[in-house]
Amino acid sequence: MKTIKRIIGALLMIAAPIILFLLIKGAIDNIHVDGTKDINKPIPWIVIITIFTPISLGLGIFGYYAFQGDYDVLPKSSEDI
Amino acid sequence: MSDTKGIGKIIFTSSLGTLIEWYDFYIFGMLAKTISLQFFPEGNETTALLSTLAIFAAGFLVRPFGALVFGRLGDLIGRKSTFLLTLVLMGGSTFLIGLIPSYASIGIFAPLLVLLLRLVQGLALGGEYGGAATYVAEYAPANRRGYFTSWIQTTATLGLFVSLGVIMLVKSNMSDAAFNAEWGGWRYPFWISIVLVVVSIYIRLKMSESPLFSKLKEEGKTSVNPLKESFGHRANFKMVLLALFGAVMGQGVIWYTGQFYAQSFLENTAKLDFMQSREILLWGIALGTPFFLVFGALSDKIGRKWIMIIGMLLGAICYRPIFSTFLKDTNVDNYTADLHKPGAPFVVVKSDILKTDTIKSINTIVTTTKTQWMLPNNIQLVENRTDSLLNYQLGLNASLKKDAKPVFNGKILPSDMKWKFIFLVWCMIIFVTMAYGPIAAFLVELFPTKIRYTSMSLPYHIGNGVFGGLVPFIATLLSVSFTNDPLVGLWYPIGIALLCALIGMMFLNNKIDTNVND
Repeated sequence: MKTIKRIIGALLMIAAPIILFLLIKGAIDNIHVDGTKDINKPIPWIVIITIFTPISLGLGIFGYYAFQGDYDVLPKSSEDI
Repeated sequence: MSDTKGIGKIIFTSSLGTLIEWYDFYIFGMLAKTISLQFFPEGNETTALLSTLAIFAAGFLVRPFGALVFGRLGDLIGRKSTFLLTLVLMGGSTFLIGLIPSYASIGIFAPLLVLLLRLVQGLALGGEYGGAATYVAEYAPANRRGYFTSWIQTTATLGLFVSLGVIMLVKSNMSDAAFNAEWGGWRYPFWISIVLVVVSIYIRLKMSESPLFSKLKEEGKTSVNPLKESFGHRANFKMVLLALFGAVMGQGVIWYTGQFYAQSFLENTAKLDFMQSREILLWGIALGTPFFLVFGALSDKIGRKWIMIIGMLLGAICYRPIFSTFLKDTNVDNYTADLHKPGAPFVVVKSDILKTDTIKSINTIVTTTKTQWMLPNNIQLVENRTDSLLNYQLGLNASLKKDAKPVFNGKILPSDMKWKFIFLVWCMIIFVTMAYGPIAAFLVELFPTKIRYTSMSLPYHIGNGVFGGLVPFIATLLSVSFTNDPLVGLWYPIGIALLCALIGMMFLNNKIDTNVND
Protein backbone atom coordinates (compact mmCIF):
# COMPACT_ATOMS: atom_id res chain seq x y z
CA MET A 1 0.00 0.00 0.00
CA LYS A 2 2.80 2.39 0.88
CA THR A 3 4.47 1.74 -2.48
CA ILE A 4 1.23 2.47 -4.34
CA LYS A 5 0.89 5.73 -2.40
CA ARG A 6 4.44 6.67 -3.42
CA ILE A 7 3.69 5.87 -7.08
CA ILE A 8 0.46 7.94 -7.00
CA GLY A 9 2.43 10.77 -5.39
CA ALA A 10 5.05 10.67 -8.15
CA LEU A 11 2.36 10.60 -10.86
CA LEU A 12 0.57 13.59 -9.32
CA MET A 13 3.83 15.54 -9.17
CA ILE A 14 4.19 14.95 -12.91
CA ALA A 15 0.50 15.64 -13.59
CA ALA A 16 0.44 19.05 -11.88
CA PRO A 17 2.59 20.98 -14.40
CA ILE A 18 1.01 19.05 -17.31
CA ILE A 19 -2.48 20.21 -16.26
CA LEU A 20 -1.29 23.81 -16.11
CA PHE A 21 0.40 23.46 -19.49
CA LEU A 22 -2.78 22.01 -21.03
CA LEU A 23 -4.84 24.89 -19.65
CA ILE A 24 -2.47 27.48 -21.09
CA LYS A 25 -2.42 25.61 -24.41
CA GLY A 26 -6.24 25.44 -24.32
CA ALA A 27 -6.35 29.21 -23.85
CA ILE A 28 -3.98 29.85 -26.74
CA ASP A 29 -5.88 27.48 -29.05
CA ASN A 30 -9.38 28.69 -28.23
CA ILE A 31 -9.26 32.44 -27.71
CA HIS A 32 -10.61 34.07 -30.89
CA VAL A 33 -11.56 37.70 -31.33
CA ASP A 34 -14.69 36.80 -33.29
CA GLY A 35 -15.68 33.79 -31.14
CA THR A 36 -18.98 33.91 -29.26
CA LYS A 37 -18.58 31.15 -26.67
CA ASP A 38 -17.04 31.62 -23.23
CA ILE A 39 -14.05 29.50 -24.26
CA ASN A 40 -13.29 32.06 -27.00
CA LYS A 41 -13.01 34.98 -24.54
CA PRO A 42 -9.78 35.81 -22.72
CA ILE A 43 -11.31 36.75 -19.34
CA PRO A 44 -12.56 33.25 -18.35
CA TRP A 45 -9.17 31.79 -19.25
CA ILE A 46 -7.32 34.46 -17.24
CA VAL A 47 -9.57 33.79 -14.23
CA ILE A 48 -9.27 30.00 -14.56
CA ILE A 49 -5.50 29.97 -15.07
CA THR A 50 -5.09 32.42 -12.16
CA ILE A 51 -7.01 30.17 -9.79
CA PHE A 52 -5.61 26.91 -11.22
CA THR A 53 -1.97 27.91 -10.85
CA PRO A 54 -2.01 27.60 -7.03
CA ILE A 55 -4.31 24.56 -7.28
CA SER A 56 -1.93 22.67 -9.56
CA LEU A 57 0.93 23.76 -7.32
CA GLY A 58 -1.09 22.28 -4.45
CA LEU A 59 -1.56 19.06 -6.42
CA GLY A 60 2.20 18.89 -6.96
CA ILE A 61 2.84 19.48 -3.24
CA PHE A 62 0.24 16.81 -2.37
CA GLY A 63 2.08 14.41 -4.70
CA TYR A 64 5.38 15.36 -3.11
CA TYR A 65 4.04 14.76 0.41
CA ALA A 66 2.59 11.42 -0.70
CA PHE A 67 5.91 10.51 -2.31
CA GLN A 68 7.71 11.45 0.92
CA GLY A 69 5.41 9.19 2.94
CA ASP A 70 3.57 11.94 4.83
CA TYR A 71 0.28 10.11 4.36
CA ASP A 72 1.53 6.66 5.37
CA VAL A 73 0.10 7.23 8.84
CA LEU A 74 -2.65 9.80 9.27
CA PRO A 75 -2.97 11.70 12.56
CA LYS A 76 -5.29 9.93 15.01
CA SER A 77 -6.65 13.19 16.40
CA SER A 78 -6.36 16.90 15.73
CA GLU A 79 -3.80 17.14 18.54
CA ASP A 80 -1.36 15.23 16.34
CA ILE A 81 -1.57 17.96 13.70
CA MET B 1 -21.24 17.75 23.64
CA SER B 2 -23.08 14.61 24.55
CA ASP B 3 -26.78 15.50 24.66
CA THR B 4 -29.04 16.63 21.87
CA LYS B 5 -31.13 19.10 23.85
CA GLY B 6 -31.74 22.25 21.80
CA ILE B 7 -29.87 20.90 18.79
CA GLY B 8 -33.03 21.14 16.64
CA LYS B 9 -33.10 24.90 17.14
CA ILE B 10 -29.39 25.19 16.37
CA ILE B 11 -29.78 23.19 13.18
CA PHE B 12 -32.84 25.19 12.12
CA THR B 13 -31.25 28.60 12.69
CA SER B 14 -27.98 27.62 11.01
CA SER B 15 -29.62 25.84 8.08
CA LEU B 16 -32.16 28.57 7.39
CA GLY B 17 -29.48 31.22 6.94
CA THR B 18 -27.34 28.94 4.77
CA LEU B 19 -30.35 28.01 2.65
CA ILE B 20 -31.12 31.69 2.09
CA GLU B 21 -27.54 32.36 1.08
CA TRP B 22 -27.70 29.59 -1.50
CA TYR B 23 -31.06 30.91 -2.72
CA ASP B 24 -29.53 34.38 -3.14
CA PHE B 25 -26.54 33.02 -5.03
CA TYR B 26 -28.63 30.84 -7.36
CA ILE B 27 -31.29 33.32 -8.44
CA PHE B 28 -28.64 35.43 -10.13
CA GLY B 29 -27.47 32.42 -12.17
CA MET B 30 -30.99 31.28 -12.99
CA LEU B 31 -32.06 34.72 -14.14
CA ALA B 32 -28.80 35.23 -16.04
CA LYS B 33 -30.54 35.69 -19.41
CA THR B 34 -32.89 38.40 -18.12
CA ILE B 35 -30.14 40.06 -16.08
CA SER B 36 -28.01 40.07 -19.20
CA LEU B 37 -30.75 41.84 -21.19
CA GLN B 38 -31.21 44.47 -18.47
CA PHE B 39 -27.63 45.15 -17.49
CA PHE B 40 -25.30 43.72 -20.12
CA PRO B 41 -26.78 44.53 -23.55
CA GLU B 42 -25.30 42.73 -26.55
CA GLY B 43 -22.95 44.53 -28.89
CA ASN B 44 -21.23 46.53 -26.15
CA GLU B 45 -17.70 45.27 -25.48
CA THR B 46 -17.41 46.82 -22.02
CA THR B 47 -20.64 45.31 -20.73
CA ALA B 48 -19.71 41.95 -22.29
CA LEU B 49 -16.44 42.07 -20.35
CA LEU B 50 -18.22 42.97 -17.10
CA SER B 51 -20.77 40.21 -17.68
CA THR B 52 -18.05 37.59 -18.14
CA LEU B 53 -16.28 38.86 -15.02
CA ALA B 54 -19.52 38.69 -13.01
CA ILE B 55 -20.04 35.07 -14.05
CA PHE B 56 -16.51 33.74 -13.71
CA ALA B 57 -14.85 35.86 -11.04
CA ALA B 58 -17.67 35.47 -8.48
CA GLY B 59 -17.58 31.67 -8.52
CA PHE B 60 -13.95 30.92 -9.21
CA LEU B 61 -11.91 33.67 -7.58
CA VAL B 62 -14.03 35.40 -4.97
CA ARG B 63 -15.59 32.33 -3.33
CA PRO B 64 -12.23 30.81 -2.27
CA PHE B 65 -11.06 34.29 -1.29
CA GLY B 66 -14.21 34.69 0.85
CA ALA B 67 -13.39 31.34 2.46
CA LEU B 68 -10.00 32.71 3.51
CA VAL B 69 -11.30 36.09 4.69
CA PHE B 70 -14.28 34.82 6.69
CA GLY B 71 -12.62 31.57 7.72
CA ARG B 72 -9.87 33.60 9.36
CA LEU B 73 -12.42 35.90 10.95
CA GLY B 74 -14.44 32.92 12.25
CA ASP B 75 -11.36 31.44 13.89
CA LEU B 76 -10.37 34.80 15.38
CA ILE B 77 -13.62 36.36 16.61
CA GLY B 78 -16.05 33.45 16.56
CA ARG B 79 -18.44 31.48 14.37
CA LYS B 80 -21.64 33.27 15.28
CA SER B 81 -20.58 36.84 14.46
CA THR B 82 -18.87 35.76 11.26
CA PHE B 83 -21.71 33.87 9.68
CA LEU B 84 -24.09 36.62 10.77
CA LEU B 85 -21.93 39.04 8.80
CA THR B 86 -21.92 36.82 5.70
CA LEU B 87 -25.72 36.64 5.85
CA VAL B 88 -26.03 40.44 6.01
CA LEU B 89 -23.62 40.86 3.09
CA MET B 90 -25.35 38.23 0.98
CA GLY B 91 -28.91 39.39 1.69
CA GLY B 92 -28.04 43.06 1.31
CA SER B 93 -26.26 42.61 -2.01
CA THR B 94 -29.05 40.42 -3.40
CA PHE B 95 -31.71 42.95 -2.46
CA LEU B 96 -29.66 45.79 -3.95
CA ILE B 97 -29.22 43.93 -7.26
CA GLY B 98 -33.02 43.97 -7.47
CA LEU B 99 -33.00 47.76 -7.07
CA ILE B 100 -30.44 48.71 -9.72
CA PRO B 101 -31.98 50.54 -12.69
CA SER B 102 -31.22 48.99 -16.07
CA TYR B 103 -28.43 49.88 -18.48
CA ALA B 104 -30.99 51.85 -20.51
CA SER B 105 -31.57 54.16 -17.51
CA ILE B 106 -28.15 54.69 -15.93
CA GLY B 107 -25.73 53.37 -18.54
CA ILE B 108 -22.43 51.79 -17.54
CA PHE B 109 -23.10 52.27 -13.80
CA ALA B 110 -25.73 49.52 -14.00
CA PRO B 111 -23.38 46.66 -15.01
CA LEU B 112 -20.62 48.03 -12.76
CA LEU B 113 -22.91 47.96 -9.73
CA VAL B 114 -24.19 44.48 -10.62
CA LEU B 115 -20.63 43.20 -10.94
CA LEU B 116 -19.66 44.72 -7.59
CA LEU B 117 -22.67 43.24 -5.79
CA ARG B 118 -22.17 39.86 -7.45
CA LEU B 119 -18.61 39.81 -6.17
CA VAL B 120 -19.89 40.61 -2.66
CA GLN B 121 -22.28 37.65 -3.03
CA GLY B 122 -19.38 35.36 -3.95
CA LEU B 123 -17.36 36.64 -1.00
CA ALA B 124 -20.22 36.09 1.45
CA LEU B 125 -20.94 32.59 0.14
CA GLY B 126 -17.29 31.70 0.67
CA GLY B 127 -17.67 32.46 4.35
CA GLU B 128 -21.08 31.04 5.12
CA TYR B 129 -20.88 27.28 4.71
CA GLY B 130 -17.78 26.66 6.83
CA GLY B 131 -19.28 28.66 9.67
CA ALA B 132 -22.63 26.88 9.64
CA ALA B 133 -21.10 23.40 9.35
CA THR B 134 -18.56 24.10 12.09
CA TYR B 135 -21.18 25.63 14.34
CA VAL B 136 -23.58 22.67 14.11
CA ALA B 137 -20.77 20.09 14.36
CA GLU B 138 -19.39 21.70 17.51
CA TYR B 139 -22.81 21.35 19.14
CA ALA B 140 -23.54 17.83 17.88
CA PRO B 141 -22.84 14.69 19.91
CA ALA B 142 -19.98 12.60 18.52
CA ASN B 143 -22.13 9.62 17.58
CA ARG B 144 -24.59 11.72 15.52
CA ARG B 145 -22.38 14.37 13.99
CA GLY B 146 -22.89 13.08 10.46
CA TYR B 147 -26.66 13.16 10.83
CA PHE B 148 -26.87 16.62 12.38
CA THR B 149 -24.45 18.26 9.94
CA SER B 150 -26.25 16.63 7.01
CA TRP B 151 -29.06 19.13 7.64
CA ILE B 152 -26.60 21.83 6.62
CA GLN B 153 -25.80 19.72 3.55
CA THR B 154 -29.44 19.81 2.43
CA THR B 155 -29.38 23.61 2.24
CA ALA B 156 -27.45 23.93 -1.02
CA THR B 157 -29.93 21.67 -2.79
CA LEU B 158 -32.95 23.15 -1.04
CA GLY B 159 -31.68 26.64 -1.92
CA LEU B 160 -31.73 25.53 -5.56
CA PHE B 161 -35.22 24.08 -5.06
CA VAL B 162 -36.58 27.29 -3.48
CA SER B 163 -34.99 29.55 -6.09
CA LEU B 164 -36.38 27.39 -8.92
CA GLY B 165 -39.80 27.35 -7.25
CA VAL B 166 -39.95 31.11 -6.63
CA ILE B 167 -38.88 31.94 -10.19
CA MET B 168 -41.40 29.46 -11.67
CA LEU B 169 -44.15 30.84 -9.42
CA VAL B 170 -43.49 34.45 -10.41
CA LYS B 171 -43.06 33.56 -14.09
CA SER B 172 -46.24 31.51 -14.28
CA ASN B 173 -48.32 34.41 -12.95
CA MET B 174 -47.38 36.96 -15.59
CA SER B 175 -46.61 37.27 -19.26
CA ASP B 176 -43.04 37.01 -20.55
CA ALA B 177 -43.10 40.72 -21.35
CA ALA B 178 -44.17 41.64 -17.81
CA PHE B 179 -41.55 39.32 -16.34
CA ASN B 180 -38.70 40.67 -18.48
CA ALA B 181 -39.64 44.39 -18.25
CA GLU B 182 -37.15 46.82 -16.64
CA TRP B 183 -39.00 46.79 -13.30
CA GLY B 184 -40.73 43.49 -14.05
CA GLY B 185 -41.24 40.17 -12.26
CA TRP B 186 -37.62 39.04 -12.53
CA ARG B 187 -36.82 41.49 -9.70
CA TYR B 188 -39.31 39.90 -7.24
CA PRO B 189 -37.05 36.96 -6.27
CA PHE B 190 -34.32 39.50 -5.39
CA TRP B 191 -36.71 41.57 -3.29
CA ILE B 192 -38.12 38.51 -1.52
CA SER B 193 -34.60 37.85 -0.29
CA ILE B 194 -34.62 40.81 2.09
CA VAL B 195 -37.63 39.43 3.97
CA LEU B 196 -35.98 36.01 4.31
CA VAL B 197 -32.70 37.54 5.41
CA VAL B 198 -34.24 39.85 8.03
CA VAL B 199 -36.08 36.88 9.57
CA SER B 200 -32.91 34.80 9.52
CA ILE B 201 -30.78 37.58 11.03
CA TYR B 202 -33.34 38.03 13.83
CA ILE B 203 -33.18 34.31 14.60
CA ARG B 204 -29.39 34.13 14.37
CA LEU B 205 -28.93 37.10 16.68
CA LYS B 206 -30.50 35.02 19.44
CA MET B 207 -27.98 32.22 19.01
CA SER B 208 -25.05 31.85 21.34
CA GLU B 209 -21.45 31.21 20.32
CA SER B 210 -20.27 27.64 19.68
CA PRO B 211 -19.39 26.03 23.04
CA LEU B 212 -16.03 24.73 21.80
CA PHE B 213 -14.98 28.10 20.45
CA SER B 214 -16.18 29.87 23.64
CA LYS B 215 -14.08 27.46 25.70
CA LEU B 216 -11.02 28.10 23.57
CA LYS B 217 -11.53 31.83 23.90
CA GLU B 218 -11.91 31.64 27.66
CA GLU B 219 -8.69 29.67 27.89
CA GLY B 220 -6.94 32.09 25.55
CA LYS B 221 -6.14 29.26 23.15
CA THR B 222 -7.64 30.68 19.94
CA SER B 223 -5.35 30.95 16.97
CA VAL B 224 -3.35 34.15 16.56
CA ASN B 225 -2.82 33.64 12.85
CA PRO B 226 -5.28 31.07 11.41
CA LEU B 227 -4.03 31.44 7.83
CA LYS B 228 -0.44 30.70 8.80
CA GLU B 229 -1.42 27.80 11.05
CA SER B 230 -3.73 26.34 8.40
CA PHE B 231 -1.55 26.62 5.33
CA GLY B 232 1.91 27.41 6.65
CA HIS B 233 2.34 24.36 8.85
CA ARG B 234 3.03 21.19 6.91
CA ALA B 235 1.13 18.92 9.30
CA ASN B 236 -2.13 20.82 8.78
CA PHE B 237 -1.54 21.84 5.18
CA LYS B 238 -1.17 18.21 4.13
CA MET B 239 -4.65 17.55 5.58
CA VAL B 240 -6.06 20.55 3.67
CA LEU B 241 -4.63 19.07 0.46
CA LEU B 242 -5.95 15.62 1.32
CA ALA B 243 -9.42 17.06 1.96
CA LEU B 244 -9.36 18.82 -1.41
CA PHE B 245 -7.93 16.13 -3.67
CA GLY B 246 -9.23 13.07 -1.80
CA ALA B 247 -12.83 14.18 -1.14
CA VAL B 248 -14.11 17.64 -2.05
CA MET B 249 -12.80 17.83 -5.61
CA GLY B 250 -14.81 14.75 -6.65
CA GLN B 251 -17.81 15.73 -4.56
CA GLY B 252 -17.83 19.15 -6.28
CA VAL B 253 -18.13 17.73 -9.80
CA ILE B 254 -20.74 15.16 -8.74
CA TRP B 255 -22.76 17.90 -7.08
CA TYR B 256 -22.58 20.24 -10.06
CA THR B 257 -23.24 17.60 -12.73
CA GLY B 258 -26.24 16.09 -10.94
CA GLN B 259 -28.03 19.37 -10.41
CA PHE B 260 -26.86 22.12 -12.75
CA TYR B 261 -25.40 20.33 -15.74
CA ALA B 262 -28.42 18.00 -15.83
CA GLN B 263 -30.83 20.93 -16.03
CA SER B 264 -28.75 22.77 -18.60
CA PHE B 265 -28.44 19.57 -20.69
CA LEU B 266 -32.19 18.91 -20.60
CA GLU B 267 -32.99 22.45 -21.69
CA ASN B 268 -30.19 23.26 -24.13
CA THR B 269 -29.12 19.91 -25.58
CA ALA B 270 -32.24 17.75 -25.26
CA LYS B 271 -34.30 20.92 -26.04
CA LEU B 272 -36.97 20.32 -23.42
CA ASP B 273 -39.55 22.96 -22.63
CA PHE B 274 -38.36 25.57 -20.08
CA MET B 275 -41.02 24.72 -17.49
CA GLN B 276 -40.86 20.94 -17.96
CA SER B 277 -37.07 20.78 -17.63
CA ARG B 278 -37.40 22.61 -14.31
CA GLU B 279 -40.33 20.48 -13.20
CA ILE B 280 -38.22 17.36 -13.76
CA LEU B 281 -35.38 18.82 -11.70
CA LEU B 282 -37.73 19.97 -8.93
CA TRP B 283 -39.21 16.47 -8.56
CA GLY B 284 -35.76 14.88 -8.64
CA ILE B 285 -34.54 17.22 -5.91
CA ALA B 286 -37.70 16.92 -3.79
CA LEU B 287 -37.55 13.12 -3.82
CA GLY B 288 -33.77 12.96 -3.40
CA THR B 289 -33.13 15.54 -0.67
CA PRO B 290 -34.15 13.35 2.32
CA PHE B 291 -31.26 11.06 1.41
CA PHE B 292 -28.76 13.69 2.58
CA LEU B 293 -30.01 12.85 6.07
CA VAL B 294 -30.01 9.10 5.38
CA PHE B 295 -26.38 9.07 4.25
CA GLY B 296 -25.37 11.55 6.95
CA ALA B 297 -26.82 9.22 9.58
CA LEU B 298 -25.35 6.13 7.90
CA SER B 299 -21.91 7.77 7.98
CA ASP B 300 -22.18 7.85 11.80
CA LYS B 301 -22.52 4.07 11.73
CA ILE B 302 -20.10 2.93 9.04
CA GLY B 303 -17.77 5.92 8.55
CA ARG B 304 -17.74 8.76 6.00
CA LYS B 305 -15.12 7.60 3.54
CA TRP B 306 -16.80 4.78 1.62
CA ILE B 307 -20.17 6.49 1.29
CA MET B 308 -18.53 9.49 -0.36
CA ILE B 309 -16.33 7.36 -2.59
CA ILE B 310 -19.20 5.10 -3.71
CA GLY B 311 -21.23 8.23 -4.57
CA MET B 312 -18.36 9.47 -6.78
CA LEU B 313 -17.89 6.08 -8.43
CA LEU B 314 -21.61 5.66 -9.14
CA GLY B 315 -21.62 9.08 -10.79
CA ALA B 316 -18.57 8.21 -12.89
CA ILE B 317 -20.13 4.90 -14.01
CA CYS B 318 -23.71 6.08 -14.62
CA TYR B 319 -23.38 9.56 -16.13
CA ARG B 320 -22.87 8.50 -19.73
CA PRO B 321 -25.74 5.95 -19.77
CA ILE B 322 -28.07 8.46 -18.08
CA PHE B 323 -27.29 11.40 -20.36
CA SER B 324 -27.30 9.09 -23.38
CA THR B 325 -30.87 8.08 -22.45
CA PHE B 326 -31.88 11.77 -22.23
CA LEU B 327 -30.51 12.31 -25.70
CA LYS B 328 -31.91 9.13 -27.27
CA ASP B 329 -35.41 9.48 -25.84
CA THR B 330 -35.78 13.10 -26.94
CA ASN B 331 -34.34 12.54 -30.41
CA VAL B 332 -37.01 13.52 -32.96
CA ASP B 333 -34.81 13.69 -36.06
CA ASN B 334 -36.81 10.86 -37.67
CA TYR B 335 -39.94 12.98 -37.55
CA THR B 336 -38.84 16.56 -38.16
CA ALA B 337 -37.89 16.02 -41.80
CA ASP B 338 -41.43 14.82 -42.62
CA LEU B 339 -43.46 17.30 -40.58
CA HIS B 340 -44.93 19.11 -43.60
CA LYS B 341 -45.36 16.10 -45.89
CA PRO B 342 -48.99 15.57 -46.93
CA GLY B 343 -50.59 12.67 -45.05
CA ALA B 344 -47.87 12.54 -42.40
CA PRO B 345 -49.21 11.40 -38.98
CA PHE B 346 -48.50 14.62 -37.13
CA VAL B 347 -51.03 16.85 -35.37
CA VAL B 348 -50.72 20.61 -35.12
CA VAL B 349 -51.55 21.53 -31.52
CA LYS B 350 -51.15 25.27 -31.97
CA SER B 351 -49.74 27.58 -34.60
CA ASP B 352 -48.99 31.27 -34.17
CA ILE B 353 -47.61 33.80 -36.59
CA LEU B 354 -45.12 35.68 -34.43
CA LYS B 355 -43.99 38.32 -36.90
CA THR B 356 -44.56 39.42 -40.50
CA ASP B 357 -42.09 41.79 -42.11
CA THR B 358 -42.58 43.30 -45.55
CA ILE B 359 -39.31 44.12 -47.30
CA LYS B 360 -40.43 46.23 -50.27
CA SER B 361 -36.95 46.74 -51.69
CA ILE B 362 -36.65 43.04 -52.52
CA ASN B 363 -40.39 42.46 -52.97
CA THR B 364 -40.53 39.90 -50.16
CA ILE B 365 -42.67 39.13 -47.13
CA VAL B 366 -40.87 37.30 -44.29
CA THR B 367 -43.08 35.41 -41.84
CA THR B 368 -41.91 33.91 -38.54
CA THR B 369 -44.18 31.17 -37.24
CA LYS B 370 -44.16 29.04 -34.15
CA THR B 371 -45.97 25.73 -34.49
CA GLN B 372 -46.50 23.17 -31.75
CA TRP B 373 -46.68 19.60 -33.10
CA MET B 374 -47.76 16.37 -31.50
CA LEU B 375 -45.54 13.55 -32.76
CA PRO B 376 -46.53 9.86 -32.97
CA ASN B 377 -44.38 9.10 -29.88
CA ASN B 378 -46.52 11.65 -27.96
CA ILE B 379 -43.71 14.19 -27.64
CA GLN B 380 -44.87 17.73 -28.30
CA LEU B 381 -42.43 19.82 -30.23
CA VAL B 382 -42.18 23.50 -31.14
CA GLU B 383 -41.06 24.35 -34.65
CA ASN B 384 -39.76 27.89 -35.19
CA ARG B 385 -39.56 28.73 -38.88
CA THR B 386 -38.99 31.82 -40.98
CA ASP B 387 -40.54 31.50 -44.45
CA SER B 388 -40.27 34.04 -47.24
CA LEU B 389 -42.90 34.93 -49.83
CA LEU B 390 -40.94 36.12 -52.86
CA ASN B 391 -42.32 38.46 -55.52
CA TYR B 392 -45.47 39.05 -53.49
CA GLN B 393 -46.46 42.08 -55.56
CA LEU B 394 -46.68 39.97 -58.67
CA GLY B 395 -49.74 38.11 -57.37
CA LEU B 396 -49.95 34.70 -59.00
CA ASN B 397 -46.24 34.61 -59.74
CA ALA B 398 -45.37 34.84 -56.08
CA SER B 399 -43.39 31.89 -54.74
CA LEU B 400 -42.93 30.60 -51.21
CA LYS B 401 -39.38 29.90 -50.05
CA LYS B 402 -39.65 27.62 -47.05
CA ASP B 403 -37.15 27.83 -44.22
CA ALA B 404 -34.65 25.05 -44.90
CA LYS B 405 -33.42 24.89 -41.32
CA PRO B 406 -36.26 25.52 -38.87
CA VAL B 407 -35.32 25.51 -35.18
CA PHE B 408 -36.88 22.79 -33.00
CA ASN B 409 -37.17 23.19 -29.24
CA GLY B 410 -39.70 23.38 -26.41
CA LYS B 411 -40.21 19.60 -26.32
CA ILE B 412 -42.87 18.43 -23.86
CA LEU B 413 -42.53 14.79 -22.89
CA PRO B 414 -45.51 12.47 -22.29
CA SER B 415 -46.15 11.55 -18.67
CA ASP B 416 -44.40 8.14 -18.67
CA MET B 417 -41.26 9.55 -20.25
CA LYS B 418 -41.30 12.54 -17.90
CA TRP B 419 -41.35 10.23 -14.88
CA LYS B 420 -38.53 8.18 -16.37
CA PHE B 421 -36.47 11.38 -16.64
CA ILE B 422 -37.42 12.34 -13.06
CA PHE B 423 -36.16 8.93 -11.94
CA LEU B 424 -32.86 9.43 -13.77
CA VAL B 425 -32.39 12.92 -12.28
CA TRP B 426 -33.30 11.46 -8.88
CA CYS B 427 -30.54 8.85 -9.32
CA MET B 428 -28.05 11.65 -9.94
CA ILE B 429 -29.31 13.51 -6.86
CA ILE B 430 -28.76 10.30 -4.86
CA PHE B 431 -25.11 10.27 -6.01
CA VAL B 432 -24.95 13.90 -4.82
CA THR B 433 -26.41 12.98 -1.42
CA MET B 434 -23.85 10.18 -1.02
CA ALA B 435 -20.86 12.32 -1.93
CA TYR B 436 -22.09 15.48 -0.21
CA GLY B 437 -24.16 14.31 2.78
CA PRO B 438 -21.30 13.21 5.07
CA ILE B 439 -18.72 15.76 3.94
CA ALA B 440 -19.35 18.45 6.60
CA ALA B 441 -18.73 15.95 9.41
CA PHE B 442 -15.72 14.58 7.53
CA LEU B 443 -14.15 18.05 7.15
CA VAL B 444 -14.91 19.13 10.71
CA GLU B 445 -13.23 16.02 12.12
CA LEU B 446 -10.13 16.58 10.02
CA PHE B 447 -9.05 19.89 11.61
CA PRO B 448 -8.47 21.28 15.12
CA THR B 449 -11.06 23.68 16.59
CA LYS B 450 -8.84 26.75 16.61
CA ILE B 451 -8.29 26.74 12.82
CA ARG B 452 -11.27 24.63 11.73
CA TYR B 453 -13.28 27.38 10.01
CA THR B 454 -10.31 28.48 7.87
CA SER B 455 -8.96 25.00 7.13
CA MET B 456 -12.24 23.47 5.97
CA SER B 457 -13.65 26.48 4.10
CA LEU B 458 -10.90 26.79 1.51
CA PRO B 459 -10.88 23.19 0.20
CA TYR B 460 -14.69 23.16 0.26
CA HIS B 461 -15.01 26.24 -1.93
CA ILE B 462 -12.21 25.23 -4.29
CA GLY B 463 -13.82 21.80 -4.68
CA ASN B 464 -17.32 23.09 -5.26
CA GLY B 465 -16.77 26.55 -6.71
CA VAL B 466 -13.78 25.82 -8.94
CA PHE B 467 -13.83 22.10 -9.80
CA GLY B 468 -17.65 21.94 -9.81
CA GLY B 469 -18.12 25.33 -11.43
CA LEU B 470 -15.81 24.40 -14.29
CA VAL B 471 -18.10 21.59 -15.51
CA PRO B 472 -19.94 23.67 -18.19
CA PHE B 473 -16.78 25.47 -19.34
CA ILE B 474 -14.72 22.28 -19.76
CA ALA B 475 -17.74 20.53 -21.31
CA THR B 476 -17.90 23.25 -23.99
CA LEU B 477 -14.14 23.05 -24.47
CA LEU B 478 -14.28 19.28 -24.98
CA SER B 479 -17.29 19.46 -27.29
CA VAL B 480 -15.44 21.93 -29.53
CA SER B 481 -12.38 19.66 -29.66
CA PHE B 482 -14.23 16.36 -30.11
CA THR B 483 -17.29 17.10 -32.21
CA ASN B 484 -18.39 13.51 -32.90
CA ASP B 485 -19.45 12.69 -29.34
CA PRO B 486 -22.34 14.79 -27.97
CA LEU B 487 -21.58 13.48 -24.47
CA VAL B 488 -17.86 14.19 -24.54
CA GLY B 489 -18.28 16.98 -21.95
CA LEU B 490 -19.05 14.35 -19.32
CA TRP B 491 -15.48 13.06 -19.37
CA TYR B 492 -14.42 15.99 -17.19
CA PRO B 493 -16.66 15.19 -14.17
CA ILE B 494 -16.10 11.46 -14.75
CA GLY B 495 -12.31 11.90 -14.81
CA ILE B 496 -12.20 14.16 -11.74
CA ALA B 497 -14.58 11.89 -9.80
CA LEU B 498 -12.47 8.82 -10.63
CA LEU B 499 -9.18 10.54 -9.71
CA CYS B 500 -10.65 11.80 -6.45
CA ALA B 501 -12.14 8.38 -5.63
CA LEU B 502 -8.73 6.77 -6.26
CA ILE B 503 -6.94 9.27 -4.00
CA GLY B 504 -9.68 8.94 -1.38
CA MET B 505 -9.53 5.12 -1.43
CA MET B 506 -5.78 5.09 -1.03
CA PHE B 507 -5.21 7.96 1.38
CA LEU B 508 -8.33 8.64 3.48
CA ASN B 509 -9.11 7.07 6.80
CA ASN B 510 -12.57 5.67 7.47
CA LYS B 511 -12.23 6.14 11.21
CA ILE B 512 -14.60 8.64 12.79
CA ASP B 513 -12.81 11.12 15.05
CA THR B 514 -15.14 11.19 18.03
CA ASN B 515 -13.33 14.05 19.70
CA VAL B 516 -13.65 17.40 17.92
CA ASN B 517 -12.86 19.31 21.12
CA ASP B 518 -9.15 19.30 20.35
